[in-house]
Amino acid sequence: MTDVETLHDVTVTVNGVRRTAAVPARRLLSDFLRHDLRLTGTHVGCEHGVCGACTVLVDGAPMRSCLMFAVSAQQHEITTVEGLGSSTDARVAPTGESLSPVQQAFAECHGLQCGFCTPGFLTTVTAYLEENPTPTNEEAREAISGNLCRCTGYQNIVKSVLRAAEITAERRGEAAASGGGEPA
Amino acid sequence: MTTQMFGAPIRRKEDPRLVSGGGRYLDDLGHDALAAAFVRSPHAHARIVEIDAADAVDVEGVVGIYVHEDLPGRVGEPLPLLIPHPTLTHGRTGHALARDEVNHVGEAVVMVVATDRYVAEDACQRIRVTYEQLPPVVGIEAARDGVRLVHDDVPGNVAAHMLQEVGDVDAALAASPHTLTLELDIERSACTPMEGRGVYARWDDERGELRLWSSTQTSTGVRAAVAAKLDLPLAKVECIAPDVGGGFGVKIVHPWPEEVLVPWAARLLGQPVKFTEDRREHFVSAAHERGQLQTVTIGFDDDGRLLALDVKLWHDNGAYTPYGIIVPIITSTQLLGPYKPGAYRCEFWSLYTNTVLVTPYRGAGRPQGCFAMERAMDAIADELALDRTEVRSRNFILPSEMPYDHGLLFQDGRPLKYDSGDFPASLAKIKALVGWDDFAAYRATAEAEGRRVGLGIGCYVEGTGVGPYEGGHIQIETSGRVNVSTGLTSQGQGHETVFAQIVADELGVRLEDVHVTTGDSRKMAYAVGTFASRAAVMSGSAIALAARKVRTKALRIAADALEVSPQDLEIVEGTVRVKGAPATSMSLGTVSVLSNPLRYAFDEAAQAATQFAGTFDPDKPPVADDDEPGLEGRDFYSPTQATFANGMHAAIVETDPVTAEIRILRYCVVHDCGTMINPMIVEGQVHGGVAQGVGGALYERMAYDESGQLLNASFMDFLVPYASEVPTIETDHLETPSPLNPLGIKGAGEAGCIPVSAVIASAIEDAEGFPITRMPISPNDLWELRRRHAAGEIPSLHRATRTAPKETTA
Repeated sequence: MTDVETLHDVTVTVNGVRRTAAVPARRLLSDFLRHDLRLTGTHVGCEHGVCGACTVLVDGAPMRSCLMFAVSAQQHEITTVEGLGSSTDARVAPTGESLSPVQQAFAECHGLQCGFCTPGFLTTVTAYLEENPTPTNEEAREAISGNLCRCTGYQNIVKSVLRAAEITAERRGEAAASGGGEPA
Repeated sequence: MTTQMFGAPIRRKEDPRLVSGGGRYLDDLGHDALAAAFVRSPHAHARIVEIDAADAVDVEGVVGIYVHEDLPGRVGEPLPLLIPHPTLTHGRTGHALARDEVNHVGEAVVMVVATDRYVAEDACQRIRVTYEQLPPVVGIEAARDGVRLVHDDVPGNVAAHMLQEVGDVDAALAASPHTLTLELDIERSACTPMEGRGVYARWDDERGELRLWSSTQTSTGVRAAVAAKLDLPLAKVECIAPDVGGGFGVKIVHPWPEEVLVPWAARLLGQPVKFTEDRREHFVSAAHERGQLQTVTIGFDDDGRLLALDVKLWHDNGAYTPYGIIVPIITSTQLLGPYKPGAYRCEFWSLYTNTVLVTPYRGAGRPQGCFAMERAMDAIADELALDRTEVRSRNFILPSEMPYDHGLLFQDGRPLKYDSGDFPASLAKIKALVGWDDFAAYRATAEAEGRRVGLGIGCYVEGTGVGPYEGGHIQIETSGRVNVSTGLTSQGQGHETVFAQIVADELGVRLEDVHVTTGDSRKMAYAVGTFASRAAVMSGSAIALAARKVRTKALRIAADALEVSPQDLEIVEGTVRVKGAPATSMSLGTVSVLSNPLRYAFDEAAQAATQFAGTFDPDKPPVADDDEPGLEGRDFYSPTQATFANGMHAAIVETDPVTAEIRILRYCVVHDCGTMINPMIVEGQVHGGVAQGVGGALYERMAYDESGQLLNASFMDFLVPYASEVPTIETDHLETPSPLNPLGIKGAGEAGCIPVSAVIASAIEDAEGFPITRMPISPNDLWELRRRHAAGEIPSLHRATRTAPKETTA
């Protein structure tokens, strides 16, 4: 018999919830999220860091979870696609899902077809718009040019990024207005 | 009438779920399942001498290790040849696990089942397979010369040799005032969906039942294949396609070795088993397409009208032919595009090589055919100093000539007969969209700035919606919920939405009340699959027919209850009401209650129905002899032939005079897929197709070395375009309805990618002034072509020498 693998306790905060699991040192963060925590919204498209489908936010920054070990996520805050709808500017769709501006924009602009690469785009764009809330068409295209999509030809993903910026501004405007006392 | 749903750019019903992480793809299922991993051949051609798994059996967590001789009965027999053809005289298929010999790198040799994938791969690394290497056959030239053989019993490596001829080509060529011969070359590419293949199986020992999930384009096909292989009654096997992360053709092939082995292991072990393909496996163990050599000889008159077209194709079918010779048959027929070829002969040889097998990839042989025909059109124009669109126009089949029968047999074995299309109108639209007539001025301006630009065009016709059939089933619950099912599968085409649009209009119900299920053999056992741009045409039509049946039944029941004639009723937003007297009405949910004499579930709808007691006749049974309980209907659509969509693309490219970098400045599409159910989704399909076409024209190729190793089997090295490589796509549509189906629709799924290589070649040729005959083309390739052109090895285009000579810098 070969040796049983040593397990390490990993504690991470995922979508605002502290989660602990015992995993081998070689467990990829993507597999940890998907199979240990059963958050299957994060998808694995290449396992060599090129396609971007597995992108999650680690302390707010986009990371390829297939290129990171679960043990190196210890004590970090991770946001997956399942957590995007918990943002303060998310709104509940008629179908019941809570959608952030970026999620809403992708649904409005037909920014996805099979949906497999989509979680990676959503997390990437969410972080990008924090940095640049008013991108131009060219900047939007550049922002998504590290993620592969085989279905859409990217046309409507670019539109989705621009629309997400609009929705974010609208919702933050609404929030400011409702929190700002008497309307002018 | 409520808001018309059919034809509107409705947002997709799928999306709120998919953008919030609610998708359920194959590897998202079965967390408790054992994992399968495979030892695959590292050699392109070899005999298996010995397999030593002694070091692997001790790996903690390994549950089973299997080689070919462990496979009982049909599991160990060759995989089925799905689509036989009389000309496929030497069809060969592999085994689920290689027996004695391997014929391509990546062929499965050993299966390991373990507690998780990491452990299974650990075990795979400890298995030693001894091979005796055999000389590999790599590339079409090596296959064609037949010196080395892939299969000892297949002389000349020829799987199939097929000839179709209409008219007397030799005589027509001899009588032609002009003749030209083009030697053309298209390299391999592949579907590469973002989600690879995968299969997950659970065996219920008590019931003797197998349930499997596969990332497939045909759940009914997989179900039947697995039942046959495992010797199970069909009734004891169910197959479900969950959310599928793209297909593009590769997932229509079935059964894949893993689709046989995983269910077999699940039954053997009495535990659920799952296989999820990784990216490298997808490159070397799934399928590729496109690779062809072509010789095209054309005869034409002084006006550029084709008099004769003589085509020879050498098609690389890889190591095996489980999917038959559909691809070269499609090339040989769809090559004709929107044109009348005069006398036409197409002869092809489908050849074995020691490479991954070749099965349809979006476009399925059409991009190669379009490339051949469009290169020929440009060559005629150049030879006669005519405008390239003028030559095309003179060869078009005219609307007055529809339906147009080419006198050939299409992929479905039925006549190649175009049902409708207005090619002159499409051409006028694409010329206007790209600014064809203004390009000379644009080029002059660009050249004055030291830039080199070219304009290209490509036209195609695509047979879509091939039979034999699809079915639709609709059932309305007492709540008013409308359940729709069809058996074909979805890989991102928005079927939940477009089929719901059809039903909403046909039945008069709200879109949100319609719930569509696809690809689940428990809901609809009779189905073919999603390929050949057939889903909207086939299942859309079947669902429309089923909806009409349900509507008729609903009106009959409501008319009886309301004591009016069915002709006086209409259905609006789920309520059946008297035209002009809407207060006399009942909901479809109430009609559903009335349709079923058994009402144990005494819900609100049932209560509402009590006021419609109807007439009680003790001499009649509660359900009439010619009726069934329930408000539901099922129908099938089976057309006599395919319906033919068409389109024309044009592009402006810029080639860097120094670096030979190729940039697409504009890409324009005019597309005619008949009546559109949802223009937003059609446009999305076109976008995606064009992006794959751009990949195939400029970036993607399968780099096999002479020993049959695929050198670029990763996304690092096989260049799927990012957003930075795909141009903005400008689209315009024409809607020429199909007379063949109840909705007037034609398929749209594959169209976008068909002419792209032809268009880009046409544009680069126009920019450079010498012929482009081989695609894809990289800056390296173009630089080399410039060098050879400068050295006099490649002739200039006539138009290049007629106008100002272009400067070559190489």
